[in-house]
Amino acid sequence: MPENIKTSKKQEVFKNTMEELFEKKYDPIMENSSPVIQNLRQKAFEIFKQNGFPDKKTENWRFTDLDPLYRDDYTIDLETKFQKTDVNKIFTCDVYDLDTYCVTLINGWFAYKNSPLTQLKDGTVIGSLFKAMEVYPEIVEKHLGSIAKLSEPGFVPLNTIFMQDGLFIYVPDDVKVEKPVQVINIVDSENPVFLQPRNLIIAGKNSKITLIHCDHTLTHNISFTNTVSEVIVQENAYVDHYKVQNKGRNSSLITSLFFKQEKDSRLLNNAITLNGKFTRNQVDLSITGENCHADLNGLYLVDSNQHVDNQVFVDHMAPNSLSNQLYKGILDDQASGVFSGKVLVRRDSQKTQAYQNNKNLLLTDEAKVNTQPFLEIYADDVKCSHGATVGQLDPNAMFYLRSRGLCELTARQLLMFAFADEIVNKISIEPLRDNISKLVEKRLRGELSICDQCILNCSSREPRFIQNFMD
Amino acid sequence: MLKIKNLNVSVEGKTILKGLNLEVNEGEVHAIMGPNGSGKSTLASVIAGRDYFTVEKGEVTYMGKNLLEIPPEVRAKEGIFLGFQYPIEIPGVSMTNFMRTAINEKRKHLGLKPLTGADFLKLIEEKKKLVKIESKLTNRSVNEGFSGGEKKKNEIFQMALLEPKLSVLDETDSGLDIDALKVVANGVNTLKRKDNATILITHYQRLLDFIIPDFVHVLYDGQIVKSGGKELALELEEKGYNWIKQEVQAE
Repeated sequence: MPENIKTSKKQEVFKNTMEELFEKKYDPIMENSSPVIQNLRQKAFEIFKQNGFPDKKTENWRFTDLDPLYRDDYTIDLETKFQKTDVNKIFTCDVYDLDTYCVTLINGWFAYKNSPLTQLKDGTVIGSLFKAMEVYPEIVEKHLGSIAKLSEPGFVPLNTIFMQDGLFIYVPDDVKVEKPVQVINIVDSENPVFLQPRNLIIAGKNSKITLIHCDHTLTHNISFTNTVSEVIVQENAYVDHYKVQNKGRNSSLITSLFFKQEKDSRLLNNAITLNGKFTRNQVDLSITGENCHADLNGLYLVDSNQHVDNQVFVDHMAPNSLSNQLYKGILDDQASGVFSGKVLVRRDSQKTQAYQNNKNLLLTDEAKVNTQPFLEIYADDVKCSHGATVGQLDPNAMFYLRSRGLCELTARQLLMFAFADEIVNKISIEPLRDNISKLVEKRLRGELSICDQCILNCSSREPRFIQNFMD
Repeated sequence: MLKIKNLNVSVEGKTILKGLNLEVNEGEVHAIMGPNGSGKSTLASVIAGRDYFTVEKGEVTYMGKNLLEIPPEVRAKEGIFLGFQYPIEIPGVSMTNFMRTAINEKRKHLGLKPLTGADFLKLIEEKKKLVKIESKLTNRSVNEGFSGGEKKKNEIFQMALLEPKLSVLDETDSGLDIDALKVVANGVNTLKRKDNATILITHYQRLLDFIIPDFVHVLYDGQIVKSGGKELALELEEKGYNWIKQEVQAE
């Protein structure tokens, strides 16, 4: 192998374009930022210039081809276009029985009717990050960029350079937010568009919040979204976080989700990918205090030539905590998938329990998955395990079902659904679980492509999976 | 009902059944006994429609149709039931959903309307009582975490729900304690009707203390080498399979 594998031409061009864009738009970008944020952008820019994008040699990017993302015809909005939009006019979310505080980001910009920042009765603030930088500079400056790793090649620095808006949530200490917060990320553009939303969520001490992120596209046009989220889970807080992706077949998505858990906190993260041309979900969790509990679950259902890449990194920096990863995927047609789960248990993190498991079903000979569960342990008194399976539907189970009169297709769907259900079952909000369960069923029957409305809008109330199932 | 003529079956190039003949009529209970490796389970699989073997020669007709051309799910809907020697655990598939789907697929095949939820639950309760099976089995995923006895009882429960014409019970008695064995036997006896038939495949005579067969066949080296009434089972119990082996070798 040559000493220096040259980065691809497209990648080089795209890197140059980004650098030029920053230099050209330097004034308007910096004008709206406080000195602290200016410094952060500048630092990110230096790092980006130095490190550029990951290439095929970069660990954790080896199995993912980024070239199709590096286009020269993207529209990039650095000025808000949707600040004051009546979202209901272009979009209604009709989630049966799911009562949420629902907010919308359109092309990365926070959409609102009255105010870009809402304060609930309990003191929780939900709204636009752009506005929060102005109204709550001390909170934003303290946390923004505090856990997102600029050392990650490419996309985290790039987002940090250009970040404009996104979701901001601040839950004060001791507040249990009554209803889940639902964030709908809509991409709606005629032209190919490159978006870089930035989210910042701070859950104060002893607080509790449930957050549902839905990613979806209104059109089949080309889009590339590079999201960075930082979620800070303070002492004894409880964060229940869901990510549901049902993107169009021309949508590419890179999501870098950083969590920090302080002592006695609890985190539940579910990443559910139902569709999307290219989806990469990176979850990076730092457990910084004792007695934390983290469940990181994922489900990916891909077909045609879709590609899904899940990267999970858990850093046990403190003793007596537990992390549990379970990712399951069903890959059909020529779809490809990657799972890379890494757990680092540091030397003093005794009594750590860390488990990781990745299970895959390949439905065709052409579907493929690369799975790498990985443990790196420096403490000697720990309980850790890892495992990965790649297989087909169990022929014995298939025959068992068929021998009772179920046709081959029904038997296949039943087994696939059962496989996926292990993850769906871990969703703690019942209406959300029911909705996602239905979505998964529809997806496995091949009926779900891309909803015209909200990802969770299954208002058609179709009969369950197989028409004669129990209600 | 079932006619098997000169059946030759191979698995991965090895001939397992070597010219097997069997006829089962309505209202009959047949016991097929034989030492390990004689082809008993292969016979059950051929009837139910597994596809890992090759039929080299011979024919199998069921209700006048060529059974070998019919896919397993259609056989089931036409009334064939296989009680598995090792019932499969299927996590995530609930017993009730599975059975309701199975029953309604069968009803559709027979041109009947699907059962409503309420009717289905009524049927479940009725059949549980009939075969004396505890309720907890039906609230779980198919066979998941079931003990050996529970799995076998669950097979009988499914048989009761599906009301087959021809049941093939493959070593349903193996690994059962005496109480579970009685539950299984009671199920089979209760479900017996004039218009259905049962093939019991077993290694031991023990099951036949509780289910009285009309015919006993000894399967050895891929052929039925001896047939008789229920006394044959007792004779086998007494003399062991070596007696049969010697007889066959002497011919």
